[in-house]
Amino acid sequence: MEYRIEISPQSNWRDSRGEKVKEQLATFFDITVDSVKTRDVYTVSADITAEEAQLVAKELTNPVLQNGLVGESKVDGDWIVAVGFKPGVTDNVGRSAHEAIGDIIGRKLDRKEKVFSSVEYIFTAASLKREDVENIAKNLLANQLIESIDIYSMDEVNINGLPLNLPIVKATGGGTVNEYDLEVSDEELIEISRKGVLALTLEEMQVIQNYFRKAEGREVVGLKANPTDVELEVLAQTWSEHCKHKIFAAEITYDNGEGKTEVIDSVYKKYVKGSTHKVAESVDWLVSVFHDNAGVISFNDKLDLVYKVETHNSPSALDPYGGAMTGIVGVNRDPMGTGQGANLLINVWGYCLGSPFTANEDVPEGLLHPRRLRDGVHKGVIDGGNQSGIPYGLGWEYFDERFLGKPLVYCGTVGTLPKKIGETREGWTKEINPGDLIVMAGGRIGKDGIHGATFSSEELHNESPVAAVQIGDPITQKKVGDFIYDARDRQLYRFVTDNGAGGLSSSIGEMAELCGGCRMDLAKAPLKYAGLEPWEILVSEAQERMSFAVPPENIDEFIKLAESRDVEVTVLGEFTDTGKFHMMYNDDTVAYLDIEFMHDGLPQMKLNAKWEQKTFSEVDPKSTDVKADVLSVVGGLNICSNEYKARQYDHEVKGLSVVKPFIGVKRDVVSDATVSMIEPMSEEGVILSAGILPRYSDIDTYHMMSSCIDLAVRRIIAVGGDMSMIAGLDNFCWPDPVQSDKTPDGEYKLAQLVRANQAIYDYTTAYKVPCISGKDSMKNDSTLGGRKISIPPTVLFSAISKISNISSSLTLETKKSGDIVYIIGDTKAELGASEYFALKGGLGNNVPKVDIDSSLNTYNTVAKITANKLAASLHTPALGGLVVGFAKKAVAGDLGLDIDLSQLPVLEEKLIFEEKLFSESNGRFIMTVAPENKSQVEDILSSNKVSFAEVGKVIEEKVVKISDADGSKVELTVDELATAYKSTLEKV
Amino acid sequence: MDYKDVKVLVITGFGLNCEKETTAAFENCGAEVAQVHLNDILDGQRSLEEFHILAFIGGFSFGDHLGAGTVFANRVKFRLREQLEQFVKAGKLIIGICNGFQTLTRLGLVPALGENYFTQEAALDHNDSGLFRDDWVYLKANSDSPCVFTKDIDFVHYPIRHGEGKFVAHESELAAIEANNQVVFRYANSDESVAIEFPANPNGSLNSIAGICDPTGRIFGLMPHPEAFLSPYNSPHWEKDTREAKLPAEGAGQKIFRNAVEFVAENLI
Repeated sequence: MEYRIEISPQSNWRDSRGEKVKEQLATFFDITVDSVKTRDVYTVSADITAEEAQLVAKELTNPVLQNGLVGESKVDGDWIVAVGFKPGVTDNVGRSAHEAIGDIIGRKLDRKEKVFSSVEYIFTAASLKREDVENIAKNLLANQLIESIDIYSMDEVNINGLPLNLPIVKATGGGTVNEYDLEVSDEELIEISRKGVLALTLEEMQVIQNYFRKAEGREVVGLKANPTDVELEVLAQTWSEHCKHKIFAAEITYDNGEGKTEVIDSVYKKYVKGSTHKVAESVDWLVSVFHDNAGVISFNDKLDLVYKVETHNSPSALDPYGGAMTGIVGVNRDPMGTGQGANLLINVWGYCLGSPFTANEDVPEGLLHPRRLRDGVHKGVIDGGNQSGIPYGLGWEYFDERFLGKPLVYCGTVGTLPKKIGETREGWTKEINPGDLIVMAGGRIGKDGIHGATFSSEELHNESPVAAVQIGDPITQKKVGDFIYDARDRQLYRFVTDNGAGGLSSSIGEMAELCGGCRMDLAKAPLKYAGLEPWEILVSEAQERMSFAVPPENIDEFIKLAESRDVEVTVLGEFTDTGKFHMMYNDDTVAYLDIEFMHDGLPQMKLNAKWEQKTFSEVDPKSTDVKADVLSVVGGLNICSNEYKARQYDHEVKGLSVVKPFIGVKRDVVSDATVSMIEPMSEEGVILSAGILPRYSDIDTYHMMSSCIDLAVRRIIAVGGDMSMIAGLDNFCWPDPVQSDKTPDGEYKLAQLVRANQAIYDYTTAYKVPCISGKDSMKNDSTLGGRKISIPPTVLFSAISKISNISSSLTLETKKSGDIVYIIGDTKAELGASEYFALKGGLGNNVPKVDIDSSLNTYNTVAKITANKLAASLHTPALGGLVVGFAKKAVAGDLGLDIDLSQLPVLEEKLIFEEKLFSESNGRFIMTVAPENKSQVEDILSSNKVSFAEVGKVIEEKVVKISDADGSKVELTVDELATAYKSTLEKV
Repeated sequence: MDYKDVKVLVITGFGLNCEKETTAAFENCGAEVAQVHLNDILDGQRSLEEFHILAFIGGFSFGDHLGAGTVFANRVKFRLREQLEQFVKAGKLIIGICNGFQTLTRLGLVPALGENYFTQEAALDHNDSGLFRDDWVYLKANSDSPCVFTKDIDFVHYPIRHGEGKFVAHESELAAIEANNQVVFRYANSDESVAIEFPANPNGSLNSIAGICDPTGRIFGLMPHPEAFLSPYNSPHWEKDTREAKLPAEGAGQKIFRNAVEFVAENLI
């Protein structure tokens, strides 16, 4: 029987969801309506009686807040908009209702019985026409990629009632395998790749063509010489830019612009891995780098730390909510699938977006408005992170109009891995023996996310496949995670990894490489609905799935434990040592590939890069109104507080936070970095920081990269850390750097990539801050609306470190009037690509650079001061320069500052006032010190030859006064600064 | 006094996520804690009878779908009711924090006016802002409340983090909750006055109510998270407190759990 269960808020309580829609209509669309009411509808198709349905409605309804009934209630209004999910789309609420109904009627519903959730919006507004309502539904209420919209006038409802929402997938069949004839012309080879969204180049297609000409043993397993669609898909996934990092692995002929040319055999091997290996010669805390799902470093005798940061750009551009949620829930699975499985400790997030204040007409047709995109991305990561019970440790946003074309959505997760599992097994290790069973656990497979890996390796265009979007389900994943840790501690499996991009084809493909083969029956895979072809099962990126190698003797216990945790597990086959990736569908072989060819058969790309040092017009640093400029910079999008959004993320769950993402007397200023205990009540803590400076790339990516590294490192120092153990993560997001007709400046963009990598090598080796994990996303361009938009070359450099005693950490807020203010480190006239020049509408040329020797000395010396608890507060200025640093310290402490910059340490002879205020020079700190610690601090700084100066005092009067020798001065009240800092994104 | 005979049950599973810190909170005062998946209780591997204190912890059971606490409370109500009734009848202690508080109201274990359990009389609605919020709030305890968990607690600063925390009840129930002194905590301003306005009252709760108990004071539900304030270094003010030489030895959340363990040791063993 089919029932409609309808639950609506009682009229004496606020309908906060409806109120929100009403408010958004007024703010974003300038539409006034009398009222918006909402109600939840659960459509149940199950073998239950009418009486049982009544009981279900009663029990699902909160009797204090809601009215519930079976059927449809009469309601006043003009229009009803029903928003449900399209067939096959994950309906998490529907699934919870499915379980709840089982509890209520005392019988678990079976898989054929369905429950679908939908929301109905009731609009009262006589002025709205059907097309207005359609626009509201499309632009505010639903994402048509995944959701269905049905609109009814009240007259229609009164005559016909509302139809039942039953988005059942009607597909049947499935299990078909097609062959591809590759003995065709080059044009046809390319057509095969394009039509199949395989993203394989002609050269790659030719290598595949050649492989099948020579492949042996196919007839024994019943295959013809031609490849099957399963085989071609597997190769396309395995060889995708997303999985294989072809550009980072390419042979690059690099012309440095000064007549010198060199051939680089993979920037990844030479610079990223190369630098880490060099650092590994002199540090002893690297445990596992580059070859597992996340990097592993040693924390203490009991625990290792695991850290991974990912991007999820393309899916978030299409479906911001689902894409971003998949981003955070997906990266959670990386630590979960590292070594024997790490427990999840802290999440991080950060987004590069177009300004939320972009005028509608500046958004190209086919792209979402950045404000809507931002709202969706935040909501996705908020729901994903909060529901997983993982606090966030860092969150930031960076705005530039070029991110209109492709938003960058970074999500990362820190985990802890026990050093020992049981008596003998080391936590970071993993192994597979031939004969071990291939087991998949977690969600079922559907068409979601098919071609995610190959699609993200392409630019956004009008035919981007809708199936490329997945929706995460943090609750299913939480269950899987809880199960994994239980199974890990009982040593029930030998190997665990996640199913991410490329689905089973990637996870099982990589596992098979370790032991030398696999044989798996795709017909055994649990499906969400019928109708999937074998290749779809293999490459689907349906979420919340982990793959295991389970010794046969443990399989019964493994399955029993999973069942007791409501986790579905399926044995799909076994690992072998045949050298073959052998896929079956029931009794038929559908793929039979040499593992060696899958992983090593891809020809290395050969690319050219040519650097050119461009010169940009200079900007006059002189200001006509310093005070107004200070307030504009402090309130600038890349500096201002994003507290309104950030407070929607849980950062206290687990009870570990010490230096929080927001600090200060009113908890309203973004901290430099965060410190968390590793376990409840522990003395030892983890420090997290990050640096991202996309605009510096406009002048030189080498200095962009060195500045990012320096910023992340000195932020670690700024909260009380030291240089003894800092690990880095590099996440590259680039515009397409391959020279072609659509990318005529590809050689320059590739040279930018080379230079950023050179800086990684130079600075991570000098600082001994090795990269332990990283990722690249290389096609961040959009051609929608007839306009090509490429992102600026962007690297997020994330740093993780240890603090031995959390009580020696500190924040940037000023603590007490009378404390002395010091500037440590030299200020230079480095305003190129600065926030101040951006305000003045120019770029300039003097981008901040990093002096390795003096910076290292400064950081080691400052760390001595904080270890001895001699500093009262510490902050490292970044975007916006010293003046932003003063502003943040004053607002955070709710105290004033009296500053004289005449003695400011500088390298050049003479800096003007504006240069002192706004220069973004690296390597500097603002420190406040209690008077009783003055001489000790000065002794430490002097004896280590660090350049520093006392520049003023913390004062009770809530004013920041800054003056210079030439009589220049600026005075701002703490309130003015706080308003500028906090109002830009308040309620946005 | 040795408290290891005090047995605490922390129920886990289905998206609940505060098991580690809640366990630490009880263990820090010497009690013995078992973290047990709800399924292991439902299928009879463990029983509520073994324990003196039951903790419904924070998290997102079933993703808060169908309203926070709804699906979890239904599962408990339809499949564990008898054991739970015995537990309450035996005068044992129950604490529900955040999602656990939402579950307690859905189950009707608080306010349970007139000790009439398993009828829902109060609820936690969506925050007035319509948004999840993470912040620290001041709480003023009602010194006349019978709540055993808040003995000697007057004014504290705890973290909150929820999207559905607005305490509501219909007029007559609300009046009865007030008249019986079942209000345990109210959101407060830094000067200890009752907080009416956002953000000190973070969700628009009626009468600024942040936590209530049943008439016996042995069942306690609250939205703030004392278990996330066990270390003094959790406090947003720990640096200032250190400078003024007034950093306490433990976080202000610990007291709630110590009160419970001491009560059991004195009255139930």
